[in-house]
Amino acid sequence: MSKRDLAIRIGGAAGDGVSSTAESFAKISARSGLHTWTYSSYQSVIRGGHVWTQIRGGLDPILSHGDDPNVVVCLNQQTMDVHQADVLEGGAIVFDVDSVKPDPTRIRPNVRLIGIPLRKKAQTLSPNALMRNTVALGAAVALFDMDFRHVESAFKDIWGDKKPEVAQQNLQAAKLGAEAVAEMGGSLRLGLAYSNQPKYLMTGNEAICLGALAAGVKFLAQYPMTPASSILHWLAAHGPQYGVVVKQVEDELAAMNMAVGAGFAGVRSMTATSGGGFSLMVEAIGQAGMTETPLVAVLVQRSGPSTGLPTKTEQGDLNLALGAGQGDWPRAILAPRHPEECFSMTAQAFNLAEIYQTPIIVMSDLYLGEGYRTVDKLDFNVPIVRGMMAADGGTAKSYRRYEITDSGVSPRSLPGTKGFQYIAATDEHMESGELISDVLAGLPEYVEERRKMHAKRMRKLDGLRKDTPRPELWGPKNSDVTLLSWGSTWGAAHEAIGQVEEKEGVKVNSLEFPTIFPFHVEETLQMLRGAKQTLAVEGNYTGQFARLLRAETGYKPDHFYGRSDGEPFASRDIADKILEVVA
Amino acid sequence: MKVEFQMDTYKSEIKPTWCPGCGDFAVLRALQTAIHGLQLEPWNVLIVSGIGCSSNLPHFLSTYGFHAIHGRALPVAEGAKLANPDLNVIVTGGDGDGYGIGVGHFIHAMRRNFDITYIVMNNQIYGLTTGQASPTSEKGMKTKSTPIAGVIENPVDPISLALASGATYVARGFSGDVKGMTDLVQKGIEHHGFALIDCMSPCVTYNKINTYDFFKSRVYDLSKEGHDPSDMKAAFAKAIEWPFAQQARIPLGLFYRTEDVPTYEDLELGLKKGPPVRQSLGIENPDELLREFL
Repeated sequence: MSKRDLAIRIGGAAGDGVSSTAESFAKISARSGLHTWTYSSYQSVIRGGHVWTQIRGGLDPILSHGDDPNVVVCLNQQTMDVHQADVLEGGAIVFDVDSVKPDPTRIRPNVRLIGIPLRKKAQTLSPNALMRNTVALGAAVALFDMDFRHVESAFKDIWGDKKPEVAQQNLQAAKLGAEAVAEMGGSLRLGLAYSNQPKYLMTGNEAICLGALAAGVKFLAQYPMTPASSILHWLAAHGPQYGVVVKQVEDELAAMNMAVGAGFAGVRSMTATSGGGFSLMVEAIGQAGMTETPLVAVLVQRSGPSTGLPTKTEQGDLNLALGAGQGDWPRAILAPRHPEECFSMTAQAFNLAEIYQTPIIVMSDLYLGEGYRTVDKLDFNVPIVRGMMAADGGTAKSYRRYEITDSGVSPRSLPGTKGFQYIAATDEHMESGELISDVLAGLPEYVEERRKMHAKRMRKLDGLRKDTPRPELWGPKNSDVTLLSWGSTWGAAHEAIGQVEEKEGVKVNSLEFPTIFPFHVEETLQMLRGAKQTLAVEGNYTGQFARLLRAETGYKPDHFYGRSDGEPFASRDIADKILEVVA
Repeated sequence: MKVEFQMDTYKSEIKPTWCPGCGDFAVLRALQTAIHGLQLEPWNVLIVSGIGCSSNLPHFLSTYGFHAIHGRALPVAEGAKLANPDLNVIVTGGDGDGYGIGVGHFIHAMRRNFDITYIVMNNQIYGLTTGQASPTSEKGMKTKSTPIAGVIENPVDPISLALASGATYVARGFSGDVKGMTDLVQKGIEHHGFALIDCMSPCVTYNKINTYDFFKSRVYDLSKEGHDPSDMKAAFAKAIEWPFAQQARIPLGLFYRTEDVPTYEDLELGLKKGPPVRQSLGIENPDELLREFL
């Protein structure tokens, strides 16, 4: 059987141009028709350190960045030292023969050493030091027998019509790399039959931006924070032409409060951040819950606690999202698994926010938010439902903004609408918006008013539970093990299931929770009914989801596999854990 | 000018809960008179406040209102203004709200020069929490939180801070002069840009130092002493007379005004198509948008 996939790792120091070289390769892979998936390991520095990106491409859909690569491109000695032992048999290591030395004792048999004078070759074309990356990129493309027209088109995209001479120079440089490979034994002959039908390639964060645009977002307020910053970058560059106001603000308190103001004034409003910024937002998101203001908050998790590992992934903010804000107020938490869901769930979140007039949290993480994945063509024809609005006509005197209803949802009125003026208050209030807190709190009839108003708001959870995606059981029934996961862990879990089935004949299925809250208790218990033993897999220390599951259903998972060292789950690690459980 | 809206039109049915004699009554009166004077449509006025005695003000008027959390009235107002720039956005609150917990937002709102009017009821004390020191409490003032040595910090000077931060209309009013304050508020609302009206609004319950009499014996009207409000240097010179210098005289009136600075809304690219709240939702040309990902 010929190979169905490939993996390449490109490494160097920060400032070496690793990420742009890797992005170019990912684009070339996607244009070759491969399902593509990237993972970048980087640090919180602008220069130095060790950064690397792994790009995996497959003829069939792939669900993780994979394990050991076929090719490693070493832009410095450290990359060689760290990664040379990982290259698969039959693979190759590309490096600058003048500055990087391999250690043959650490390299697997039948791995070719492609030492090219990268810098010298590049200097024949341009004094720009980064051009050596392009020589290496050309070598990699040749090793995988990819069509060079994708290299040409990728460069054209980067430098475009503005700098055609730079695009041309880079193409020459790439060809020098390819020629060097031809002189040193030619390609790896993996035999991948590329379709050359281009696929869409994007990050989870970009998919969130697209979902927001499809749903009609008109306002984003954000403070930069890895790994959510690319949402700000993308919408700042693309939003204005679609009438979207994008505001970088002084801090996350302002970000959430501005989003509240914009949502109150009647636009589809959002903010995005990571755990540290979300921590600053908690009082203001509760304000949205109390004033019944729609907004979407995107929480792209990174490794905590506190500043933690800013450039590393984790799923450790579930408790934070669940408990954000004092007191009880209704919220929904959605956790997309892949970019397609980043798109569709963000669009859905805007509907839920307006239908239920409350904040909706979309939780992703660094691995999903920053990694590139190929996706199917996104359908921008998403439903747009704006919820209950006060009818035209009438007067302010008869309008009750917070009218007590069975659904908990009351007719909303937007500032500027004649006759429907009201005050949205963060103090507890009556149906009219008048405060209970000031002179009425504690009087017997207002104890009852408070009770009714609180219950009205909380009733929205019934509707939210009905309208949010149900848990999904994937894989064979009557399995030996059922994995329990949420968010980006899904991909590695599915691959692990395939691996243990193929190697050991162990049957495993996967129960996944695209909605974290409100919890779908009945459906979950029904799906768990046939499970022989369960293994909760999540990227945090304490099993935050497993605890939620137990709190909501009384069900305690049999086993827990948590990872919070900053790295994403690898399918083989999950597979090992499954085998340990069934042993 | 045709009077379409009577004074009472702007009043709500809710009666203020302030202590008798509170300076905030004068500020409410000044604001109501100003929006009446301008004949603003009540439904096109949004008053945003934070937390504190003075932040209850929106409830006493018949406009739209947002009674936000402590210190965050300005960002809420900025978000609303960006969503619908057609609204007349007025922010009201106290010195603790605006110059203490919310001071970061205060500086940034001013440097952006939003077309927002910010009315601060400055009583130099925390009233609602029953009498602790505020960021504008005078040095040496004994309060519940500074009972032994009194306040040992210097007070925030909102006027100098506003001048340094880029506010384009900077004024000080006093609750003992409703007429003067009304004029400052009305012109502040008319001003195209960020207007700060710092209103000295005595707390009759917890501040026994900065009383009506304290101010009455010290205030003077800038306009009557030949101050030129287009001169920023002169404005700074007037600003530092009090509270920095602790001089006996306290200037009231307009320190500084310029119409030469574009507002944030004037420059914001996302508003070029008109108020976002009136734009259609969704994308008409997704293929064009998706091309960069292919």
